[in-house]
Amino acid sequence: MAIAILIAALAGATVALFFQPRWWFPDAISAHAKAYDAHFLFTLCVIGAIFVFAQGLLTWVILRYRDRGQAPSAHEGNNTLELVWTSATAVVFLGLAFAGQGIWAGIHLDAPAANALRVEVLAKQFAWSYRYPGPDGAFGRVDTRQIDDASGNPFGIDAKDPAGRDDITGAILRVPAGRQVELLLKSRDVIHNFFVRELRLKQDVVPGITIPLRFTADTPGSYEVPCSELCGLGHHQMRSSLVVMAPADFDAWLQEAQQKAAQP
Amino acid sequence: MTVFSTCHKVIGKQYIALSLFSVFIGIFLSLVMRYHLVHPDTKVKLFQLLWPDGAPGGQMTPELYLSLMTMHGTIMVFFVLTTTPQSGFGNYFLPLQIGAPDMAFPVLNMLSFWTTALSLLTLLAAFFVEGGAPLSGWTAYPPLSGLGKITGPGQGLGQDLWILSIALFCVASLMAAINFIVTIIELRAPGMGYFDMPLTCWGWFVTALISLFAFAVLLPGGVLLLLDRLAGTSFFIPGGLIVNDQVQTRSGGSPLLFQHLFWFFGHPEVYIAILPGMGLISTVLSVFSGKRVFGYKAMAIAMLAIGGLGFVVWGHHMFISGMSPYSSIAFSVLTLAVGVPSAVKTFNWLATLWGGRLRFTAAMHYALGFVSLFITGGITGLVLGQPGLDVYFHDTYFVVAHFHLIMGVAAVFAIFAGLHYWFPIMYGRFLNEQLGKLHFFLTFAGVYALFVPLHFAGFVGNPRRYPDFKEYEFLKSVMPLHIGVTHAAYFLAAVQLLFLFNYLWSKRRGALAPANPWGAATREWRND
Repeated sequence: MAIAILIAALAGATVALFFQPRWWFPDAISAHAKAYDAHFLFTLCVIGAIFVFAQGLLTWVILRYRDRGQAPSAHEGNNTLELVWTSATAVVFLGLAFAGQGIWAGIHLDAPAANALRVEVLAKQFAWSYRYPGPDGAFGRVDTRQIDDASGNPFGIDAKDPAGRDDITGAILRVPAGRQVELLLKSRDVIHNFFVRELRLKQDVVPGITIPLRFTADTPGSYEVPCSELCGLGHHQMRSSLVVMAPADFDAWLQEAQQKAAQP
Repeated sequence: MTVFSTCHKVIGKQYIALSLFSVFIGIFLSLVMRYHLVHPDTKVKLFQLLWPDGAPGGQMTPELYLSLMTMHGTIMVFFVLTTTPQSGFGNYFLPLQIGAPDMAFPVLNMLSFWTTALSLLTLLAAFFVEGGAPLSGWTAYPPLSGLGKITGPGQGLGQDLWILSIALFCVASLMAAINFIVTIIELRAPGMGYFDMPLTCWGWFVTALISLFAFAVLLPGGVLLLLDRLAGTSFFIPGGLIVNDQVQTRSGGSPLLFQHLFWFFGHPEVYIAILPGMGLISTVLSVFSGKRVFGYKAMAIAMLAIGGLGFVVWGHHMFISGMSPYSSIAFSVLTLAVGVPSAVKTFNWLATLWGGRLRFTAAMHYALGFVSLFITGGITGLVLGQPGLDVYFHDTYFVVAHFHLIMGVAAVFAIFAGLHYWFPIMYGRFLNEQLGKLHFFLTFAGVYALFVPLHFAGFVGNPRRYPDFKEYEFLKSVMPLHIGVTHAAYFLAAVQLLFLFNYLWSKRRGALAPANPWGAATREWRND
C-alpha cells in the first residue's frame, strides 16, 4: 500500500523536475544545436510517456492486487501478449534509433563546405592551443623537436617551412558567425575532449590521430570549453573559450593577428 | 577447516562477506568525494590522517579526489556488483536449486574465492604505495594509464597494482564461470531440463556464459596494458607523444584498441551485475503474488537475448571516441534493440503481479522497488543509445545518474531482496521484517533524491570526474543542486547502517524461521 503511494510520489516528483527552468540546456547557437534540441524533446516525450505509463501501471497493480483475501489467478503466460509487447517496444525503440540518425549524420557524415575555415586544435595536459593557416591557407610543417610552449610554439611549427611563417596561434578559439568551421583535433599526450555545450558537440581528442569536427555557429558571444575526458590531475582546470564573432569583427581580428605574425 | 572451505555454502557466504566489507569502503569513498565537491576549500583533519600525501594539511588535492573516484568505481563494480549476485547467491543456492550435492569443482571454487580476496587486497594496497592509488578511473584509458608516473601521481606503482588486481579478478571470475557452467550442464537433478530450472538459475547460467567471454577479453587487455607500462611495448601508445615536456620514444600503438577491449568486457559487465538480480526478482515477485512467473519461457529467452546482444553494443561507450561514425550507427541500432528484451522482462514482471494476491514482505518491497528503479534507470538508455544525443551527455552527470540507477542501485536492491528472502536458509532466522521495510522506504526515497537530480546537472553539461567546479562560470548554477545531492548521499549512507545492524543482529538473534516460511516452490526450501 504505502509502497504504491511512494512509487507514485517519486515518479511524480521526477516528472515535476522537468518543469523547472533552472537546470537545463544552455541556449542553442547553431542550426545543428536547434535540431538537437528538437530531437531531444521528441525523445523526451517518448520516454516520458513510457515512464509515466510503466510507473503508473506498477502503482496501479500494487494497489489493485494487494492482499484482500482474494484467490490469485492461475494464468502463467500468454504468447499473444508476449508477441504484442515485444513487437510494440521493438517498433518504438528502433524507431527512435532511426529517427536519431539525422542529427548524427549532420555532425559527422555530411560533406564539409567548400569555404570552411580550418583550425587546428592541439590539446595537452592541461591546455588548449589553436592554429590558423594564415593568408596562404596552408598549415606549416611541424617538428616535435621545435615544440616550445614558453616561446609560444606549442605546435612545434618548423621555422624553416615558409608555409608556417604566417600561421596564427593562440589560446582562444575565435570563429566568424555564419561560416562553417572545420576543427582538426589533435592531442600531444593523453586523451582529452573538446566540448561546447551551446553547439551540442563533444568529441574526444586522441593522440596519434587527427579527428575533424565541423560546426557553424550563428550567435556571437563567448562560450566555455571544458575538457570532458579525464586527462589527469588538472583535468577540471583545462578550460578554454570559443569566441563567436560577427564576420566583420573576425576579419579585423584576423588581419591584426596576421600582421603580428608577419613581424619577425 | 572452515576458512579454506570447499563447501559451496561457506564459499557463498564468504563472497557475501567480502562484498559487505567492500561496499562500506565504497560508500565511505563516495561520501568523501561528495563532501569535497561541495566544500572544495575546507581542510579536514580526517583526510590528512588517512592520506597524508594526498591531503597535506587536510586540503584534498585533485589527484587524491581522482584516486578515490577510481577506487570507488573499481570496488563497487568488481567487488560488490559482480561478487554478491553471482558468486555469493549463485554458489549458495544454485546447487540447492538444481539438486546438486555441491558445485562441480569444489576446490576450484575455493580457489576462485581466495583469488578474488587476493585481488581485493592487491587493489587496496594501491592506497598505501608511493603516489597513492591511480587516478585514471575504473576505465583506465591509455595513454593516461599506460605511461607511468609521468602522467600523474598514482600512475606509477598504484596503477600497476590496479591492473594486477583486475587481472587476478579476471582469473577468479573465469574459474568461477567455468564452474557455474559445468555445474548447470552436468549436475541438474535427473529429469530436470533447462526449461525446468528456476529463473534464478537461468540468471546465473547466462551470467556465467557472459563472464567467460567478457573476462577472457579484459584479462589480455590488462596484460597488454601492463606490458606497455613495464616492458616497453606499445600496444596502446601512439608515436610522437610529448608528455610532461618529455619526448616519448614509443610508436605504433592505438589508444582506441584498449577502449574496444575494455568495453567488449565493460558493457557485458553491466549484465553480469543485473542478470542474477533479474532472475531473483522474478522469483520473489512470483512467490509473494501467489502466482507462477508469467511467461517463464519468454523470461529465460529474454535473458539469453540480453546476454547475446550485450556483446555487440559495446561501441555505445565510444560514440565520441573518434571511431568510425558509421559503426556508431550500427551500435546505436543494436543498443536500442537490447532494450527490447529488458522491456519484455518488465512487462512480464507486471503481468506476474497482475491478478495475484500480493503479500508485502520486506523482500517484496525491494523487488517492487527494483522494478521501479529498473524503469527509471533503464529509460535514459534510450537517450544515451543514440549517438546524436550522446554527443552532449557523454561524460556528464547524466551518465553518472543513468548507470548508478540501472547498474548500481537496481542490482543492490536485488541483493537486499535476496538477503531478506534467503536469510532463513542461510541462518535459520529471519532478517527483521519491520526494520527491513523501514530501511527499504528510506533507501528508496534516498536513491531517487540522490540520482534523479544528477540527471539535471547533466542537462547543464556538467562534466563528470571533476574534483571541483570552481573553474567554470556555467557550473556555478549547478552548485545548489550538488549540495542537495550531497545531503541525499549522507542520508542514504546513514540509512545503510540500519541494514548492517539488521544483518548482524538477525544472524544471531533474529526470529527463528520455520522450514519454507514464504511458501516457495523451488528446491532450496526442501532440502533444509
